[in-house]
Amino acid sequence: MFGYIVRRLIAGLLVIIAVSMVVFAIFFYGPNDPALAYCPESRCTPQRLDNLRHNLGLDQPAPKQYAEYMSGYVHGRHIASGGISIDCDWPCMGVSFKYRVNVFDYLWKRVPATFSVAIGGAICFLTIGLFSGIFAARRRGTTADKAIVSTSLFINAIPYYLLALLAYLYLVQSLSIFPQTGYFNPLDEGPMKFIGGMLLPWVMIGISYSTQYARFSRGAMVDALNEDYVRTARAKGLAERIIVRRHALRAAIVPVVTIFGLDFAYLLAGTIFTEKIFGIQGLGLAGLDAVTRTDLPIISATVMMGAAAIVLANIVVDILYSVIDPRVRLT
Amino acid sequence: MTQTNGPASDQGAGHLTEPTSRQAGDSGEPFLVVEDLTVRFPTADGLVQAVSGLSYSIEQGSTLGIVGESGSGKSVSSLAVMGLHDAKRTQMSGSIRVGGTEVLGLSNDRMRRIRGREVAMIFQDPLTALHPFYKVGAQISEAYRAHHDVSKAKARAKAIEMLDRVGIPQARTRVDDYPHQFSGGMRQRAMIAMALVNDPSLLIADEPTTALDVTVQAQILDLLQELQKDFNSAIIIITHDLGVVAEMADDVMVMYGGRAVEYGRTREILVHPEMPYTWGLLASVPDVTADPDARLIPIQGNPPSLLRPPSGCAFHPRCPHTGKVPGDLCRTTLPELTRGEHGDEHLKRCHLPDPSAIYEQEILPEIAPDLVEMTVKDEFPAEVGTGLVEDSPSDDALPKER
Repeated sequence: MFGYIVRRLIAGLLVIIAVSMVVFAIFFYGPNDPALAYCPESRCTPQRLDNLRHNLGLDQPAPKQYAEYMSGYVHGRHIASGGISIDCDWPCMGVSFKYRVNVFDYLWKRVPATFSVAIGGAICFLTIGLFSGIFAARRRGTTADKAIVSTSLFINAIPYYLLALLAYLYLVQSLSIFPQTGYFNPLDEGPMKFIGGMLLPWVMIGISYSTQYARFSRGAMVDALNEDYVRTARAKGLAERIIVRRHALRAAIVPVVTIFGLDFAYLLAGTIFTEKIFGIQGLGLAGLDAVTRTDLPIISATVMMGAAAIVLANIVVDILYSVIDPRVRLT
Repeated sequence: MTQTNGPASDQGAGHLTEPTSRQAGDSGEPFLVVEDLTVRFPTADGLVQAVSGLSYSIEQGSTLGIVGESGSGKSVSSLAVMGLHDAKRTQMSGSIRVGGTEVLGLSNDRMRRIRGREVAMIFQDPLTALHPFYKVGAQISEAYRAHHDVSKAKARAKAIEMLDRVGIPQARTRVDDYPHQFSGGMRQRAMIAMALVNDPSLLIADEPTTALDVTVQAQILDLLQELQKDFNSAIIIITHDLGVVAEMADDVMVMYGGRAVEYGRTREILVHPEMPYTWGLLASVPDVTADPDARLIPIQGNPPSLLRPPSGCAFHPRCPHTGKVPGDLCRTTLPELTRGEHGDEHLKRCHLPDPSAIYEQEILPEIAPDLVEMTVKDEFPAEVGTGLVEDSPSDDALPKER
């Protein structure tokens, strides 16, 4: 098990290095000249641009630049150019073109907001999705089942951003049923304000994501309830709720874990729509902001963090498999 | 052997077995009585008539073999005894009495207390019947704790005791194995341990050896017989293998198209079968002592549709003997389950006027030519009919797992 995790982490690291090369290629071969970002528009002479390129090391060969860029992830680096000089400590993801700050510090401050959205949202959609899926599976063919399946398809057909936007406009702005949304640090501003600000985003993620979990868990549960071992559990004279929870659900949860791992990783990497609509200063919004300003260091850093989240989520999912199903051997 | 109820009929079949001192309850009736059981499943294509007018009974400690091909209703009728059909998707009528209690229409909660405790069941494939995610011991103690208010430690001790009892070596350590760490035979032993942990009065074994290696099959059957003596439980063994029936069963019921077509003492049915379908089953049993080039004789045609069963006798489209029945009776009229030619212990559902003569003159020479020379009535039955064969050759010849 331990050896397996180590091997998976090494493999994951290789994936992240591959991603970093692609990200770096955007810098180097992309249409945007990084030096332009440092060059004040009004007084940007070709001479000045060349100086900047030299200072930033952009005139160096690509492998050397890449090595310099990657060295920041290992031991930090010192970035000096055109009047600014920043000590970029480990893990250095570069300096923002726009804000002239250490990208890691800039993003790290936004992690709690994004994680709050992700964790609270995941709890909501897992709860709604699994409960309605199991409920529907146990009443397969009934009106309740059909209602759940068609409602889930209906919600699924509405784009998430539309649903979230309408909810924000009506429930927060017009009707004020929900308090103003946003991320409030629970330590500074109290847990109630934190929960109030997060409530609607959680509910919207919960409703929107839960549809596929409802259908997945319904399907898996219908299969599980038809398994021979569930019939055995019945034949033993176990109570229905134990049959459903301990015997059927345990098997039905496996495919759910797979999609959950990926969904959760995406949420951790930052949800642009959620953060934009509800005004939450998280990683998604930072990424969006960076894209509009072609702030390449921040873009590359968010990509790297997203890649890391997905790689880690996959490892966690595989470990979870082996916890759920003893036949899965991690070797 | 007394038949307590007038002329044999569907209803009369229930009284076929011997009323002895081994009675369940005070009612004086056998432990399990099934009367006129009908099971149907409404589907999009129509009503599936899985079981029709089935009656049988089992005494405590005795064994009934139910034989038939897939779709004959043998498993469906047994699942009905366990109350394992989804009430919403099943139409059932008739009567099933377990230890004097009518279980048809019993609430799920009361049925739950009978399942596993009074009537337990083992299934064809022990690999899929055991939950792959839980330890074998945990699954057994779970069954015990479902009916006994004991601590986990006590239930675990009980699980070890049962595993030991069914011949699992080092039960104390194997109790913590998962099903996939057991061999096929050991898994079925574990299933048996799980079924018997609550000391049920009736054990239903649904093709318990079909999914196992031939070498293990005999061991499992031996184990069942051994445990039957210890626990004094009744056994219903569902099979398509007449060899299993010959070794295990006191009574045998042959089912076809959801109905009993022949029912009686095992030795009677095997020696004097009176129904062409039973002849077909006997003819299709491979005989290791026979000429290796001899071909098995299959029953022609396919099992009947339960959605639109054939008119008259369900077997008539496949029956090679309909010509011997006067008129068009086989096609038009469902034969009653009536007394056979060899006494009260034998019921058959067939229009043939003289089945024994046809069997002895036409069928027997074809399926077992060497038996014809022997005095059929004296030699053959002693071997197959006793039900409890003490020293079956498999016992010594095969390596034991235990």
